[in-house]
Amino acid sequence: MHPSPPLTQQPTLPHTLNLQRLNVQVGHRQLPDNDSNTRAVKLALNQVNFFYGDRQALFKIDIEIIKNQVTSFIGPSGCGKSTLLRCLNRLNDLIEGARLEGTMLLDGVDIYGPDVDITDLRTRVGMVFQKSNPFPKSIYENVAYGPRLHGIRNRSQLDQIVEEGIKGAGLWDEVKDRLQASALGLSGGQQQRLCIARALAVKPDVLLMDEPCSALDPVATAKIEELLFSLKQDLTVVIVTHNMQQAARVSDWTAFMYIGELVEFGLTKQLFTTPSKKQTEDYITGRFG
Amino acid sequence: MRTPFKNFLASGNVFIWGCAAGVSVSLLMVFGLLLLIMINGLGYFWTSDIVELTLKDQQHVMGQLAGREVIPRSVTPDHPEGKGRLRVKIGNRDLYGLDFKWVNDDQILSQAYPTDTVLVERREWGNMYARIKAIYKGETLQAEGNEAGWIALAPLISTTNALQQQITRIERVEIGSINTDIEQARLKIRAFEMGTPPSPSMREGKKERSGPSDSLAPDTRDRGRIDNLTAQVAAAESRYQEKTIELEMLRTQFNEYSVIMVDANGREKQIPVGQIIRALRPNEMGLLHKSWTYLTNVWSVLSTEPREANTEGGIFPAIFGTVMMVIIMSLAVVPFGVLAALYLREYARQGTMVRLVRIAVNNLAGVPSIVFGVFGLGFFIYAIGGTLDMLFFPERLPTPTFGTGGILWASLTLALLTVPVVIVATEEGLAAVPREFREGSLALGATKLETMLKVVIPCALPGILTGLILAMARAAGEVAPLMLTGVVKLAPSLPVDSSWPFFHLDRKFMHLGFHIYDVGFQSPNVEAAKPMVYITTLVLITVVVLLNFTAIILRNHLRKKYASSVL
Repeated sequence: MHPSPPLTQQPTLPHTLNLQRLNVQVGHRQLPDNDSNTRAVKLALNQVNFFYGDRQALFKIDIEIIKNQVTSFIGPSGCGKSTLLRCLNRLNDLIEGARLEGTMLLDGVDIYGPDVDITDLRTRVGMVFQKSNPFPKSIYENVAYGPRLHGIRNRSQLDQIVEEGIKGAGLWDEVKDRLQASALGLSGGQQQRLCIARALAVKPDVLLMDEPCSALDPVATAKIEELLFSLKQDLTVVIVTHNMQQAARVSDWTAFMYIGELVEFGLTKQLFTTPSKKQTEDYITGRFG
Repeated sequence: MRTPFKNFLASGNVFIWGCAAGVSVSLLMVFGLLLLIMINGLGYFWTSDIVELTLKDQQHVMGQLAGREVIPRSVTPDHPEGKGRLRVKIGNRDLYGLDFKWVNDDQILSQAYPTDTVLVERREWGNMYARIKAIYKGETLQAEGNEAGWIALAPLISTTNALQQQITRIERVEIGSINTDIEQARLKIRAFEMGTPPSPSMREGKKERSGPSDSLAPDTRDRGRIDNLTAQVAAAESRYQEKTIELEMLRTQFNEYSVIMVDANGREKQIPVGQIIRALRPNEMGLLHKSWTYLTNVWSVLSTEPREANTEGGIFPAIFGTVMMVIIMSLAVVPFGVLAALYLREYARQGTMVRLVRIAVNNLAGVPSIVFGVFGLGFFIYAIGGTLDMLFFPERLPTPTFGTGGILWASLTLALLTVPVVIVATEEGLAAVPREFREGSLALGATKLETMLKVVIPCALPGILTGLILAMARAAGEVAPLMLTGVVKLAPSLPVDSSWPFFHLDRKFMHLGFHIYDVGFQSPNVEAAKPMVYITTLVLITVVVLLNFTAIILRNHLRKKYASSVL
């Protein structure tokens, strides 16, 4: 069902070469002082163009997403940040006529390559959606859904995975007594954290979050933001957000996008204090949009 | 500037009244129809008193009052109230030829409800209203007079009813199975003689025991088998003779006693006690006894087989046939409808072609049902059934097995008729499953098929069941296609019985809808059949409601289970 690999696909570059390229490209930026030489690129996007049929939605995107860091995509509505996010786990494949050019490397392997197992990719790259979408099943079954798909039948093993997932999402104390209750009985914030737990249960490397807090109240938002700090110990997180304060609070890296183009990408601290582009400055100070 | 009238119009009250009136008229029509059916149908079970009318010409009329009306032409300016007449069910069809009689009010001299009159329900010729004169055993008098006869009659009737059951069992089950054995053996002999012995797999299928002669040459082996089968036939035939003798004895016993009845005008009639199902004295019965009789009447209609060209007795085979047909239809229509809808909604590329297919499917629901009947006859019965017969039952030809109407073909024809309903409802159910659910599942590494099976279809189940409910309601009420594909006015046996393979889907069956048509409009005795029509209608409605109710309960259960969080 997914589109054939783009004709303009470039040869896959070795991983090390990418690292070097990163240093060259972002060399002028001030990198975080701590352990800068152990930093590795998790996802490398090179000249990515994306089309919905005839309409081009992304233009020549180059981004390196660093392992065990939080990267946020900001920008006005319709700028393509959600599209870019959904390219990272090939969820856009579902849309008829969708087409991608350029390369996207996950640990050096092109995720749009011909040999990629798409379900395996989506297992490694989990996703949390804007609208919380727990399945109409029990809390337990929601979290066990992914592990069951991957063939785990053993009850005690499942129990353990479910518990770890829910604990990882900071929901354990609230639901441990009613795991068999319907997930739809949870509050909005709890449902969203359940979705995170569900994503964590398949042990992904990367977690994509598409405006996860846009429908939540400040308290629930704060809980999820707190969660992000603990998640990045084990995961690479990419988060799309409308809320610039949120991006500033939670992310290490920020990409500012505007009408399908990547305007500026850099360390969050730097981008929010001394943006190098006028457009970025206008946006983050609220002068346009 | 607005006038008050314009204001009134703009307020929308007229519109609301119009809507309310529309709803009221619809409800009125539905409840009016149900009421009509119930009043006419439920009255049939009540055993009303026997009236004895003495007429001015000294004739007597005895029977149950069935109604009263004003003679249409009798209303003149002088007599604005007109003259009335009574409709009396006089029964005794063997004596009078007619079940009902009109008696004008001005002919009646007196009207009485004597307590000694007897209502005799018979296996043939309908009810008899008379008094008992004598009871004979063969030629010897057993009891004489109405009272003595009444007391002597009751135990005799229960004896003969028990005998009747025994006879039916022997005829149906024992002789039936002997006949099946003989038939099977003959067919096998015929298959060998035709030189086209059934294929090895078929021999296994027919559970034929192959002896040690298997290693012999084929024709020798076949001859040995034929001899074996011939011996089987002979054995079965001798068993048949034994049973016939046994039956003969039972029948003699059955007709041993006879009762002489005398009607209101003194005409006598001798009837064997075996002909009597039940004897009642309605005028003696209290309210409790009559209520009990009412319930037994209801039960006997629901549980027994029809008599007297379907105008009397029960409608059990028709109920059974209807329910079984609807169930087979459901089993066929749901998988096909759901698979088709899944393909159209989930897998097919949404374009002109799919739109055209969808339009075609929707229009299929508007094709007259008789057209489906003709198609079923041509495609299922002649093409598929005929081919099945040639391939698997060549020894029975030219008698068709599947090449003639049967409950399977009727069910499949109705499944074809109702598949658009299921497709449309399922598509709507699938479309209502939020995209977030699918994406959530796919993002966890599920394939499209896994997403379909674990998330999408469970969520669409209420929609699928809605389709099934509509399909069942439509199918249970269809008659026209059935008349071409396997319904009969009187089926000798049910499609399910105790002989192997238990489900006989090639058999013809009875159906409540067709029963209504047959009893109401094809019966020689229309007046007597009228209540039967109402009862059958009532039962058909009840069956449809019950089937739907089951599905609705299931759907509500699923709705609660899969209530969507996304509003």
